Amino acid sequence: MSVFDGLKFRRVSSPIHNLDPRIKFVYVIVIFIAAILFGEILPLIALFLLQIPFVLLARVQRQWLRSLRGATFLAMFIFIVNIATKFFTAGYILSATDIEFSAAMTLRFVVLVESFSVFFLTTSPDHLGLALEQTHVPYEFSFAFTTAVRFVPVLAEEAQTIMDAQKARGLELEKGNFLKRIRNYVPVLIPLIVSAIRRSLELAEAMESRAWGATKKRTNLYALKLHRGDLALLALTVCILVSSIYVRFYFVVPTLVQLF
Amino acid sequence: MAVIETKDLSYTYPGASRPSISGVSITVEKGEFVLITGPSGCGKTTLCRCFNGLIPHFYQGELQGEITVANMDVTKHQTHEMAKHVGLVFQNPENQLFALSIEKDVAFGLENLGLGREEMRKRVDWALNLTDIYNLRERSPHEVSGGQQQRVAIASVLAMQPEIIVLDEPTSFLDPISAEKIFDVIYELNKRLGVTVVLVEHRLDLTAKYAGHIVIMDEGKVCFDGDPRKILGAEETRLIGVGIPKATLLYQLLKKEGVNLSSITPLSSRELAEYLEGVLQTHDRS
Amino acid sequence: MIEVEDVHFFYSNQVEALKGVSLTIKNGEFLAIMGQNGAGKTTLIKHFNGLLKPSQGKVRIDGVDTRKTSIATLARNVGFVFQNPDHQLFCETVEEEISFALKNFGFEAGAIEKRTDWALNLLGLTQYRKTSPFLLSGGERKRVALASVLAWDPEALILDEPTIGQDYRQKEKLRQFIVQMQSQGKTVVIVTHDVEFVAECNPRVLLMKEGRIIADGEGKDILTDPEALANSSIVLPQVAQIFTYLSSLGFPKNIIDVYEAKAIILKALEEGRE
Repeated sequence: MSVFDGLKFRRVSSPIHNLDPRIKFVYVIVIFIAAILFGEILPLIALFLLQIPFVLLARVQRQWLRSLRGATFLAMFIFIVNIATKFFTAGYILSATDIEFSAAMTLRFVVLVESFSVFFLTTSPDHLGLALEQTHVPYEFSFAFTTAVRFVPVLAEEAQTIMDAQKARGLELEKGNFLKRIRNYVPVLIPLIVSAIRRSLELAEAMESRAWGATKKRTNLYALKLHRGDLALLALTVCILVSSIYVRFYFVVPTLVQLF
Repeated sequence: MAVIETKDLSYTYPGASRPSISGVSITVEKGEFVLITGPSGCGKTTLCRCFNGLIPHFYQGELQGEITVANMDVTKHQTHEMAKHVGLVFQNPENQLFALSIEKDVAFGLENLGLGREEMRKRVDWALNLTDIYNLRERSPHEVSGGQQQRVAIASVLAMQPEIIVLDEPTSFLDPISAEKIFDVIYELNKRLGVTVVLVEHRLDLTAKYAGHIVIMDEGKVCFDGDPRKILGAEETRLIGVGIPKATLLYQLLKKEGVNLSSITPLSSRELAEYLEGVLQTHDRS
Repeated sequence: MIEVEDVHFFYSNQVEALKGVSLTIKNGEFLAIMGQNGAGKTTLIKHFNGLLKPSQGKVRIDGVDTRKTSIATLARNVGFVFQNPDHQLFCETVEEEISFALKNFGFEAGAIEKRTDWALNLLGLTQYRKTSPFLLSGGERKRVALASVLAWDPEALILDEPTIGQDYRQKEKLRQFIVQMQSQGKTVVIVTHDVEFVAECNPRVLLMKEGRIIADGEGKDILTDPEALANSSIVLPQVAQIFTYLSSLGFPKNIIDVYEAKAIILKALEEGRE
């Protein structure tokens, strides 16, 4: 699942990794807004190219390219649908403008996926959890988030063990027609769910034993502080937002076709 | 001064037909190292949960009798209040650690208590050092071994600075060497810091020598309560199905053959070896 | 019955878990595989029923190359009991749980009933026949898992850490059970850390470290070999510890049985008196 590869966090130290996740998130939202604001290809190309220095600085090129590859299928699909719609609605003719438009729509999709990809590639789950805690999201939610992330690898290993255990009893997961194959997974799902429930009970016991719920005002060992880099990114973000809105409402953006 | 006192304590889980523990009356003095043992299902896990309030607050059910821990009536204080005085370490290392970094896990209890950042930092570092895992503090709990995970669990309980630490079969999932290391840590805490330790264990060969007080349970009741040497040296203990240390067993077997090595029952291989050395060397004339 | 020829195994993350392991286990043998976590013990036993196939080298079960057979076929002869019974239990009754594998292996209804009865009886679970396995205690669930594997009567039984969480009595019963299985000619392989349990059984012992076999011999010799111990996370059995402290008095170093120890000490005392 190469698309998901592009979303997994990588433990590398880089200036981008160390940026405050809240600022990074705001940046991504602004890119999102800018991408939606423009249907023309030129600004979208600009937005796409804007990601590249971040990717290089964060040294996550390989994973980022992998997620690009994963998005290609959907991107192609979007392109073809757009082309087809233009073709059929315009009376079976296809102009250069139409092609450019379809390319723009495709590129918009790619920009959206890629900016989120960079975000998740450069933000560790604990950093994210911390950001959630500090933005006054109720602690239950950020706790649920970090605990879930903490146990994903544990559950994945357990799923593998359960599959092995049932295969060792003669269960053949790949046998039979489609329906039979789904039923084959019951002996894997039930132990997994039961185990997850047992685990939750044990976790709850441990939480209670460590004074969960003692006070409403929970404190935090860490604190996210804004540094120069964060402020720089914030400034850049504001610039992008302002200029996008300005260009959108006061200029007519030329198409490539018009330029050449 | 008693830190734990129970009088005729009985508890039935909700929906259960029989009580898991009945008529349990024990006293634990401050600074003691108590070993609780007995065959599976004897109620030792249930008893542990009574000490910090999980029973009755978390488990509901029917609790009868009296129980006072750290001068507090457990039934009248919420679990989070008890947590400041009694720490509980569970059997499964993986399911006690929730945070994404070890030091955040150790701080969990302190964050819950609303401590200031500076105080937390001090206590977290102190606990990490005491359990010798300071160099692991930025790692994820999933990356470290079971033995290290249990040390994190102990550290996170320790950080709250309770008077009493209860450990419910903490080494079940660990190999013998990691288990020994955990017991060393626990013993150090008891000796150096004066923390009262209540340890539930099957591995008597590794733990009997640390305990000054042993409680043996069977089918929800307390069968023996007192000096480990006297109790483990008695024939009746073996019959319950408790795995007494082999050194003690050998001592008993030799005694039955008329060889009385000492009036003090040995609890470890070293002690028995010392007795044997003494006896054999006086006979060894070659 | 199980032949391992120079097996190397790489996990998908390029870690080499087995570095040239060769081993033969004969029919009816009782073998204990010990070693540190990560030494490769579980990786090795998963090759015995085809859950893992060697990256290099061969594994043969009764002469059949595991790479050429399906797991289900291999499992028919090699029964694997996992450490945590909760990873297997999913049926509504103990009876269904036990007959699950029998159905998978294509036994007919009459045979399924007979074998289920037999397995329930063997492990003292008949009264729980219609009970939900989730309502049983930890020890009982372990027995259900074991019964569900025995039901199809495999020639070989592989037990992964069977003594974890068991009290002294339960371990005794397990030991007697293994002896019973052996008397029926079954091959039994256990992976364990439990030195005392192995000392009581005194089987053939295999020590592994970092993907290799570093020792292979009789329990009493391996468990008391100082070099072997230094290289793996096992400790001396208690009885042997006693004699280590008395090494200056000329006692043999490989005593692991309490009764043997008693006899030796009594003899030494007798001789001393003369």
